[in-house]
Amino acid sequence: MREVAILGVGMTRFGELWDRSFREIGIEAGFQALVDAKLSSMDLNAFYFGNMASGSLIDQEHIAPLIVDYAGLAGHHLPATRVEAGGASGAVALHQGYLAVASGLYDFVVVGGAEKLTDVPDTEANRVTSGTADHEWEIVFGATLPALWAMVARRHMHDFGTRREELASVAVHAHEMGAKNPNAHYRNRLTIDQVLGASAVAEPLGMLDCAPLSDGAAAVVLGPLDRARKFTDTPIRIAASQVATDTMALQHRRDLTTLDSTVVAAKRAFAAAHLAPKDVRVAEVHDAYTISGLVALEDLGFAAKGAAGKAFADGAYGLGGSTTVNTSGGLKAQGRPFGAVGVAQAVEIVRQLQGEAGERQVAGATVGLTHDVGGTGATSVVHLFERVN
Amino acid sequence: MSIARFWRETPRRYNLGGSRCPNCRAVYFPPRAVCPTCTQHRRTLGRMEPFQLSGEGEVVTYSIVHDASEGFEMQVPYVLAIVRTREGPQLTGQVVDIDPAAVAIGLKVRATFRKLREEGKAGVIHYGYKFTPAEPLPQRPPDRGSPEPSPVPAVRPPGAVRA
Repeated sequence: MREVAILGVGMTRFGELWDRSFREIGIEAGFQALVDAKLSSMDLNAFYFGNMASGSLIDQEHIAPLIVDYAGLAGHHLPATRVEAGGASGAVALHQGYLAVASGLYDFVVVGGAEKLTDVPDTEANRVTSGTADHEWEIVFGATLPALWAMVARRHMHDFGTRREELASVAVHAHEMGAKNPNAHYRNRLTIDQVLGASAVAEPLGMLDCAPLSDGAAAVVLGPLDRARKFTDTPIRIAASQVATDTMALQHRRDLTTLDSTVVAAKRAFAAAHLAPKDVRVAEVHDAYTISGLVALEDLGFAAKGAAGKAFADGAYGLGGSTTVNTSGGLKAQGRPFGAVGVAQAVEIVRQLQGEAGERQVAGATVGLTHDVGGTGATSVVHLFERVN
Repeated sequence: MSIARFWRETPRRYNLGGSRCPNCRAVYFPPRAVCPTCTQHRRTLGRMEPFQLSGEGEVVTYSIVHDASEGFEMQVPYVLAIVRTREGPQLTGQVVDIDPAAVAIGLKVRATFRKLREEGKAGVIHYGYKFTPAEPLPQRPPDRGSPEPSPVPAVRPPGAVRA
C-alpha cells in the first residue's frame, strides 16, 4: 500500500444556493481543488463522488459521469463512481479514493461530494433524509431523524446527568466558529438561552439543536505522497481511513448512547496511524444534532463516557483547548449538505494543518481528524491527517 | 408506499411475530434470516424459528415529537419510544393513551394494535403496534381528541388491511 496525500482542496459556500444547480456546484468545488493542487485535469485517473439522494432530490441518478461530463472531461472516459452511505456518503467516497491511490491502481483522483437539499420543500427533504435510518422498523412507526437522536439524548441525560444547557453549548460553539467561516450556512452567533428557547422539534431537542438542510459541494485531489512535493509545499498525508458499520436501527444497538461503529472506526484508525486521541489538535465531528456532537467526543476517545457534556460546556473543545472541534462551524453552522459533508470536513482539516484557516486557525496543528456518521450510526467513518514536514 | 410493501410485513406489524435462534435461543424482532450473535452464525441460515413476542415491556428512552414525518402531522405532539420487551428485543413505537408529560424511562407498557397513519385520502392505511401504559396511571387524563379505538390485545389473527 502506498502513502496517500491530499494535494488540493475546494468547496462552495454552503447554504440555500437557489441560483445554482447541482452540476454547477459540483464542478465549482472540483475545479477549486484542481487549481489548488496545480494539477492538470489531463492527469486525472479517476473520480469518486459522495451523494446521498440525488434521485429523490433532483430526479437525477447516475451523477458521477454527469459531473465529469460538465467538468469538460467526458472525452477522457474517466472511471467515475457515485458512493452512497447516507450522511457519510462523502466520507466513504474519500475512503474509496484513498484505497484507489493506496493500491497503486490510480495515481491522481478527485473525490467530490454534493447535495442539493433545498431544491425540494423541507417536508420532502426530511422524508428523504429519514431514509438513512431504518424505514421499515423506525420511520413507519413515527420516527424522524431528530426524534431518534432525541432518544439518544434522553438516555444520555438519564444515565450520565447530562444537562440540557450542556447540549446547547455544542450549538453555541458551532455558531461561534461559523461566524468566522465565509463558507458557512449560518454566520450568526447564538446564546444558550436562544438554543433552549427555540421551538421544540423532538424533545429534548429543539430547532437550534439540529443542523440545517443545506446545499453545497466539496472536493479534494488525492495523489501518492512520494510525488506530492511536485504539486504542493504542504502535502497532507492521510494517516488513516477507516469505515465501520453497525445495526441499521437505533433500537438494535448494544448501547443506546454509544455508536459502536464510531468506537471501532476510531480504534482502527488510531492503531493504523500509530496515533492517539491526545495527538489530535483539531477535529471535525458529526454534530448534526447537539447530542451527536457530544456522543462523538466520547466515542472517538476525546472524553470519558458520559463526561463530554460538562467538558464541552466548560470550553474544553473551543479554540485554545487541547483538541478544538468543528472549527468550520460543523454540520450545525457550516451546514449539512449530506453527501458533501465528509469531504468538506477533510477540506477544513487540510486548511487547518496548512495554517490557512484564518480567524479560526488552531495554532501549531499538525494532526487532525474527521468523523462522519450515516443515519444514527449504521455507518461511521474516521480519517486521520498529518502534516508532512 | 405500495400495498404489497406494507402487506408483506403484516405478520410482524400486527402480531409481533419475531424469530428465535435454534442454537443460542436468542430472540429477534423483526425476525432474522440468520442469527446475528450466535457462534454458529452461518449454520443458522434458514433454521431460525418463529417466535411470538408478548408485547409487554418497558420504555428505555423516548422523545416527544413536535415536527412529525409524513402522515403523522395530525398526531403531534406524540411520544416516540424505544421499548425493551420482556423477551429481550427492543422496538420503536409510539406510546399513546397517556399524557406525554407522564411518560418516563422505566414506564411499563404493552403493545396494542392501532392505526399508524394514512397515505392521503385514497392511499394505504397503515396499521401496526403502538404502546399503552401496562397499568392504569393515577390521574390519567381523558383520551380527548384521539380517533383511535380502545386497546385490543396485541396478539390477533392476521387481518386484511382495511381501507
